[in-house]
Amino acid sequence: MIAIVDYGVGNLASLEAALHRAGAEDVRVTRSHVDILAAKAVVLPGVGRFGHCAGELRRLGLDVMVRVAHDRGIPLLGLCVGMQLLFNESEEDPGTPGLGLCRGRVRRLRGDVRVPHTGWNQVRIVRPHPWLAGVPDEAYFYFVHSYAVEPVDDGAIVATVDHGGAVIAAAGSGGTLGLQFHPEKSGAMGTSVLRSFVRATAA
Amino acid sequence: MSTMLSKRVIPCLDVQDGRVVKGTRFVDVRDAGDPVALASRYDREGADEVVFLDITASIERRRTVVDLARRVAESLSIPFCVGGGIGSVDLAAAILRAGADKVALNTAAVRRPALLGEIAARAGSQAAVLAIDATKRNGGYEVVVEGGRISTGLDAIEWARRGVAAGAGEILLTSIDRDGTRDGFDLELTARVADAVRVPVIASGGAGSASDFVELFTTTGSDAGLAASIFHSGEVVVSDLKRALAGRGVRVRPSAEAA
Repeated sequence: MIAIVDYGVGNLASLEAALHRAGAEDVRVTRSHVDILAAKAVVLPGVGRFGHCAGELRRLGLDVMVRVAHDRGIPLLGLCVGMQLLFNESEEDPGTPGLGLCRGRVRRLRGDVRVPHTGWNQVRIVRPHPWLAGVPDEAYFYFVHSYAVEPVDDGAIVATVDHGGAVIAAAGSGGTLGLQFHPEKSGAMGTSVLRSFVRATAA
Repeated sequence: MSTMLSKRVIPCLDVQDGRVVKGTRFVDVRDAGDPVALASRYDREGADEVVFLDITASIERRRTVVDLARRVAESLSIPFCVGGGIGSVDLAAAILRAGADKVALNTAAVRRPALLGEIAARAGSQAAVLAIDATKRNGGYEVVVEGGRISTGLDAIEWARRGVAAGAGEILLTSIDRDGTRDGFDLELTARVADAVRVPVIASGGAGSASDFVELFTTTGSDAGLAASIFHSGEVVVSDLKRALAGRGVRVRPSAEAA
């Protein structure tokens, strides 16, 4: 079973449908602590303000459960603000810490470009990751965000995208990966990423 | 601007009581009036996004528009926006919860701009699209509502700025003068609004051919072009349009990837 962490934030209906399209048979949108620890893989969505997301996750006690799942080695996929939550903190809401599973902070997009960064942009993979296997270099994915992660460790950077300079599009290591783009909204290419994730973790 | 961000092509479907209103070319689609089947078709052709404009007037409207969002979310693999008569945060939230990525507000935002911020606070500014219908008047552009029947006295460029300040994360800009004419997008209007705000601007109204999209993207700072009838009639096929744009040096997501 793949658990989509339901803390009242994000386009959960689309995410669930996309995972089914990608071949997942058992997907549960859940805030049950039992489900999250019993899952073969956990997806952490997120949209809107970092502080609101981090706060709601904490209020429901789900920050602890995601951390425990991570410590037990359950594969964890963070999407958009769900990716940003994996890190220590965000410039958007400095008072509200993230999960700190990846070292680094989240900063506002810079440069003479439109913000939010909205639309399809080309992703450059800089370090192979099994869930992105089969994605051709410079494939297009759908982005919509105003902030992006800046990992402390360059080795955690998996993919970048150019919007006013290099922006981190994917980061993490091993069984934990954050994607700044929305694979559930990225057409056939997005479905193929989710399919790799489903096959690698929940098959 | 340094970005590899591509320009978006967006088909728009007018929906009434859960059915597509205007005729379409897709004879092989079993139910050409089904918005889900048609949107899926555009998805496969390489559309970057789909906008649904719900014009249902009955008291069933709330149920049908939420149901539409739910059904579309189950099949579509690209983002979609729902607009038309959304006047409350509750309805906007219900549509977003059902699976829409964005809601577009028009008249309701003119009446009460704070609605944009209230939606943005709940779902993020990217989900709050300000739809502006504008008409040329006295050398400037005026905002009109109710399909152009009612003038607001608002300057379109100024209203775009205010809407963004109020919380809108994107502008869907329609030239009422060009809408349905196929004379091309209103480039002056589009350029002025795109230059006035930092959020993405979707141009709408007047698209008649692929070259209108080329002109839009090569002469204005807009991020996306929206059209309805030319796609529905089959005069312009999304995948052909993408190829034409790429051939003219406009960065687009190739349709082959979406196939």
